[in-house]
Amino acid sequence: MANPLYQKHIISISDLSREELELVVHTAAELKRHPRNDLLKDRVVASCFFEASTRTRLSFETAVQRLGGSVIGFADAGNTSLAKKGETLADSVRIITSYVDAYVMRHPRDGAARLAAECSTKPVINAGDGANQHPTQTLLDLFTLHETQGRLDGLKVAFVGDLKYGRTVHSLVQALSLFGCRFYFIAPLALALPDYLYEELDERNIDYSDHEDIEEVVPELDILYMTRVQKERFEETEFHQVKSRFVLTADTLAQARPNLRVLHPLPRVDEIETGVDQTPYAYYFQQAENGVYARQALLALVLNETL
Amino acid sequence: MEHKLTVEALKDGTVIDHIPAGQGRRIAKLLRLSESGQRVYMGFNLPSQRSGKKDLIKVENILLSAEDANQLALYAPDATVNVIEDFEVVAKHKLGVPESIAGVLVCPNSNCISHVEPVTSHFSVRSRHGEIRLKCKYCEKAYAKEVFTGLS
Repeated sequence: MANPLYQKHIISISDLSREELELVVHTAAELKRHPRNDLLKDRVVASCFFEASTRTRLSFETAVQRLGGSVIGFADAGNTSLAKKGETLADSVRIITSYVDAYVMRHPRDGAARLAAECSTKPVINAGDGANQHPTQTLLDLFTLHETQGRLDGLKVAFVGDLKYGRTVHSLVQALSLFGCRFYFIAPLALALPDYLYEELDERNIDYSDHEDIEEVVPELDILYMTRVQKERFEETEFHQVKSRFVLTADTLAQARPNLRVLHPLPRVDEIETGVDQTPYAYYFQQAENGVYARQALLALVLNETL
Repeated sequence: MEHKLTVEALKDGTVIDHIPAGQGRRIAKLLRLSESGQRVYMGFNLPSQRSGKKDLIKVENILLSAEDANQLALYAPDATVNVIEDFEVVAKHKLGVPESIAGVLVCPNSNCISHVEPVTSHFSVRSRHGEIRLKCKYCEKAYAKEVFTGLS
């Protein structure tokens, strides 16, 4: 029987069921333990980045090549027919997808990936569309949570920083709510989680609470998920006040349980002091490395009926 | 002699009555009536016992389906829709919330791909706690119906 992700577009995390998410997580773990270099043999994958993204693009391209496939594409749209000749995205996708077996795309416009999927006869994988979705970041986060905790069900997860604009946080909250996790939200009022997500959590009877301070919840946590508070969201003096309350230091983790791990989608600026890097709790660099395994798993599942 | 502007009785078509005053033009556009090629009569700010003022639309030779009528529910929830054949009312549609609206509304999200590509806008309609929200198929953002100012 074909795996449920075979030839499927991967556009939004909410398109994936709990079983499909688990399938990607387990496949990523398997590929990390036992690398395979044949799963994309003779396959060509387009990697089309209409805006720059260092980690996502390089980890996708590494994933394709590690599985024995090859990559075509571009790292920014500046030299394409879209920019130079005014071609529509829809036409561009139709042409490129006729060359390849799968189409990985990042685009600055919200909804560009859904549009690409409508124009493509090959699977489209969304590598980020504007402020909307970035499903493979969520998949690598889920894989990392499972790798560090041995499970996804019932984890106690705190999100810190910019919970309003961070699509990474929104998607991960939605995915983890399928696994009955308990959430702690720690953010300045101006960057609180959007109301629609609170409503979704209420509808699913998910347990959550809001806090002003990281330290007060640390002893309860399995995962501390940090995000960057962007300077441009605040006035200068307000920013310095806010920033100082949402910076993680090694001292903040004094009461942490041994299994606690600190994650961050990166790049970090100064919201995690480098002193934390030396603690056993830091796991954000391994998390970034896991991006390759999660993307390998997804590509392998989308392009192989059975593994 | 008293001068009267008369509108002929409809032989076949649809009468949409009790539209809130000011919404008639929006509804005609929502149903793409001017593009239909059929005769459309519109009355604005007509006297209404129920609400003081109302708009009214009569359109010839177009028999609105229940789903067509449901499209009105967003902007004229108390409108009545009577379908007429051979001068007789053959159907009265009760308005319900439509499942989706395609090709009419403009996404309020200025960064949505639907603004720059040749696509048909598409919104799924959800009603929660009596509040109607429309979610864009492309950018996945959901908005209250009052937020929509533009029609495509």
